[in-house]
Amino acid sequence: MARSGSAGSFGPTGRLPGEIGRAGFPSLWKMFAIGGSTWKDKAAAVLLRAVASTSILIVLLIFLFLGKEAAPLAAGPGIKSLLAERWVPVSFQQVRFGLLPLVTGSLLVTLLATLFTIPFGICAAVYVAELAKPWERELLKPFIEILAGIPSVVIGFFGLVVLAPLVKDLFGLSSGLTALTGALLLALMAIPTVISISEDAIRSVPESYKSASLALGASRLQTLWKVTVPAALSGIIAAIMLGMGRVIGETMAVLMVTGNAAVVTASPLASVRTMTATIAAEMGEVPFGSDHYRALFWVGIVLLVATFGLNMVAQRVLKKHQER
Amino acid sequence: MVEGQQYEDPGRPKVEAESVDFWYGPTQALFDVSMSVPARRVTALIGPSGCGKSTFLRTLNRMNDVIEGTRLAGRILIDGEDVYRAGTNVVALRKRVGMVFQKSNPFPKTIFENVAYGPRIHGTRNRAELIEIVEQSLIRAALWEEVKDRLDASAMGLSGGQQQRLCIARALAVDPEIILMDEPASALDPRSTARIEDLIDQLRVDYTIIIVTHNMQQAARVSDFTAFFFEGRLIEFGPTKQLFTTPTVKQTEDYITGRFG
Repeated sequence: MARSGSAGSFGPTGRLPGEIGRAGFPSLWKMFAIGGSTWKDKAAAVLLRAVASTSILIVLLIFLFLGKEAAPLAAGPGIKSLLAERWVPVSFQQVRFGLLPLVTGSLLVTLLATLFTIPFGICAAVYVAELAKPWERELLKPFIEILAGIPSVVIGFFGLVVLAPLVKDLFGLSSGLTALTGALLLALMAIPTVISISEDAIRSVPESYKSASLALGASRLQTLWKVTVPAALSGIIAAIMLGMGRVIGETMAVLMVTGNAAVVTASPLASVRTMTATIAAEMGEVPFGSDHYRALFWVGIVLLVATFGLNMVAQRVLKKHQER
Repeated sequence: MVEGQQYEDPGRPKVEAESVDFWYGPTQALFDVSMSVPARRVTALIGPSGCGKSTFLRTLNRMNDVIEGTRLAGRILIDGEDVYRAGTNVVALRKRVGMVFQKSNPFPKTIFENVAYGPRIHGTRNRAELIEIVEQSLIRAALWEEVKDRLDASAMGLSGGQQQRLCIARALAVDPEIILMDEPASALDPRSTARIEDLIDQLRVDYTIIIVTHNMQQAARVSDFTAFFFEGRLIEFGPTKQLFTTPTVKQTEDYITGRFG
């Protein structure tokens, strides 16, 4: 340690020791200041920094405005009213703003969709990345990308006309508009994302790992499941988290096929109402500034916090996995 | 090295190549290579880049099969059995013929899991048995003392030389008879290289080792037999000492005296 401080030892790059490893804005600043420090360079750096910071600003502003619209609920029915067990925003007797059925509805649909997405997405990604012949990959990839780009309303039509009757007949229900129907549709939307990103992760696993495994006498399939997929796991987890992000925030398709009954249930065959669908369905008709209006903003806050939480867990998992 | 005379009766050759031709697509990489590799000896394959020595090495455990469009003619016999015969179990072959690569390539798993990988895929489930195999393999690869306290640490945290010894331990763990080494020390510093060479010296007692090297001093130091490849052909093969002191072919002499290569 003492040696590194001695005079004249600035390292191979000739930089001062303190310059190495400084992260964040200073290094960003330096990056753009390279090649001179004329006012043009400085202006460019300031501009780029401003653009890069916009995303932080927008997130903060969204939180701020959501909070501003939601907060006055405290003056009316009170924040505690959100903990009620029923969501009856319009009533001649008593209105209730309990978020529980909406939260459980979203949770049920999201978890079910994730359950379908993970095995399907990973298996398809493995096939496209490792097993498909070149011409098969050329054929599959554009279709997967097209699927990812279909507007959710159109997928909602498909759910309404094809999937819902199918679920209805299959389980002998009176209505096919259930949590299961919504979850299947959402899985359909999340799977292409999961496939695309997982496939990239799997393909970027170094060839040398596979050679090592094959040379030890492992079969191609053993190599795939025991070396390639684990090595790509951080990318696959990121893919799943992104897919879940899309699922939890998706509005149109669930609004169309889940039946929208605000009840607390764990049954996949029951009709549920998600947070997103509630906001989308009710926001257009609610009197501006009413308690109902404020409550809907609370729903938005809960949704936002949930997405944030999901992102944080994803980051944590990723980091933990990379440390290993 | 040991005197050449010691090898007058090396017994049945472990590996025999009989007029092997090899193609990558339309490009022929090996021409009529025939050679007998004795058991429990170190055989070095030398020659300039692109001479076919690595290709030849990879034909022995059929690692070239992975590359599309490759083709082999001739026969490769291990203990008298043709490894390219239809119906050969490639998995069983690769269990008998281990391989260490040029660039150390441990899996991104723990040290323990790296070594236990081979036995696991070949069906060893018993934890105590695995622990025993891992320990023995690491001892044989001269790595045990350095890693015994951190078997659960990631293999990626080891130094380059340690990683390469880990790869050797991983190959030893499936109990092979033959170990193929493709320039195992070319990416290492001199000290790590010396450790690998010491290790090869210890392993020669139990294993048939075939090593590809660019480094002629290394071939002279570690091997009992040397094969000189040039432009896809086997030019000369013989006891290392003889090949380095009294080569019979002009090209061999030119190469080992540094006139080309």
